Amino acid sequence: MKVLVPSALRSYTGATQVDAVGDTLLALFADLDQRYPGLRFRVVDEQQQLRPNMRIFVNGQGVRDLGHALRPDDFVAIVLALSGG
Amino acid sequence: MNSSPTRLVLMVATRKGAWLFHGDPGRDAWRVDGPHFLGHTISHVQLDPRDGRTLLAAAKTGHLGPTVFRSTDLGKTWKEARRPPAFDKPSNNLPARAVDHTFWLTPGHASERDTWYAGTSPQGLFRSDDGGDSWTPLPAVNDDPQFREWMGSAQDGTPDGPKLHSIIVDPRDPQHLLFGMSGGGVHESRDAGRSWKTLIEGMEVVEGFDAATVTFHDPHCVRISPANPDRLYQQNHCGIYRLDRPGTAWQRVGRHMPADVGDIGFPMVVHPRDADTAWVFPMDGTDVWPRTSPAGRPATYVTRDGGQTWQRLDQGLPQQQAWWTVKRQAMTADALPAPALYLGTTSGELWIGHDGGSHWANIARHLPEVYAVEVAELT
Repeated sequence: MKVLVPSALRSYTGATQVDAVGDTLLALFADLDQRYPGLRFRVVDEQQQLRPNMRIFVNGQGVRDLGHALRPDDFVAIVLALSGG
Repeated sequence: MNSSPTRLVLMVATRKGAWLFHGDPGRDAWRVDGPHFLGHTISHVQLDPRDGRTLLAAAKTGHLGPTVFRSTDLGKTWKEARRPPAFDKPSNNLPARAVDHTFWLTPGHASERDTWYAGTSPQGLFRSDDGGDSWTPLPAVNDDPQFREWMGSAQDGTPDGPKLHSIIVDPRDPQHLLFGMSGGGVHESRDAGRSWKTLIEGMEVVEGFDAATVTFHDPHCVRISPANPDRLYQQNHCGIYRLDRPGTAWQRVGRHMPADVGDIGFPMVVHPRDADTAWVFPMDGTDVWPRTSPAGRPATYVTRDGGQTWQRLDQGLPQQQAWWTVKRQAMTADALPAPALYLGTTSGELWIGHDGGSHWANIARHLPEVYAVEVAELT
């Protein structure tokens, strides 16, 4: 599936959009970490929770449950939450 | 004349990145190298004194989680740690925790090449045995129910998170470790971190609270004397202290500070060769704790007699309307024959205090808020 990567993570991926696989968001981040070592821990903490101020959208819908099931044609966007000044 | 004059490097960690300042042997001219990691919150940068070229930097950003960057060529290139400090899965029926940021980095003992220690927020102690590439939690602290009670939760901590800091490795014994927790007291291990004893006797707490309760103790910075490792100094939320081992009771030597300045502050620096000489940087700890220089007049204070008397050192520093202060890792001293002090301010300035702080000169302005300043000699 396609994964949209925020600018803050492009030092890992080198690209705005990358391909990755996984049948859940957790599995997707495991695959992303295989491809781009270190990326997962910047987004998902050691207790498998999405870090504060990070958001995930699957096909445009906000998702916080990293157990959320994915299909191969889903589009996943990793987004830095917009807040403050 | 020295045939290979000492070069110095200052490692400056800020809220928005890290900078290295390379100094000439006279400490008069400084070449800036940076920013490194622009936009990252860098809590600490440390050089490995065992090889003179490995740097570790504790980093996170406003959104991204914490990590540690590592350079083996003095900052020319950096690589991220393979496994940054991270807590284990919860045990002992304790709540799960996630590292928000690594706050403190301490190189291990000279005899234990590639060992490092790290302190985090929320409070955790970690060790690396591979030069900072991977980090292992120390369960005797991180997963111990008693320690966890003393640490409290994030709700119990300071606004930017409770910290484990001041990790000290006794230069005589790699098994002998100390650290401080804001809050949660001072703790000591004689077996490389497998077991710990509290070291809070004599330390005061905020009025109205019970000094026997470890969680109320808020050491801001603990330092060991390189000249006499049996002597410890401490800048605490409630005063300046000295402890001479094997004694166990801290003495509040800050009682001898001028009453209108007080003995509240963050950093504590000890002379590299004279255990009786130490420096502090007082701040305003009245009413709502402005955490500024008292009366807007910044100064270091030095003792040359183990805390019995203190002298003000402010020549060259602003004499009025300077409302910055210095955080706990942001003041240090080099080890040259006439040591200079270095401090970084909350307003983004970097200063050198020549001749033990006797006269101050500005090195840099307009940096982001400075969190930490370390100095090392390069050969």
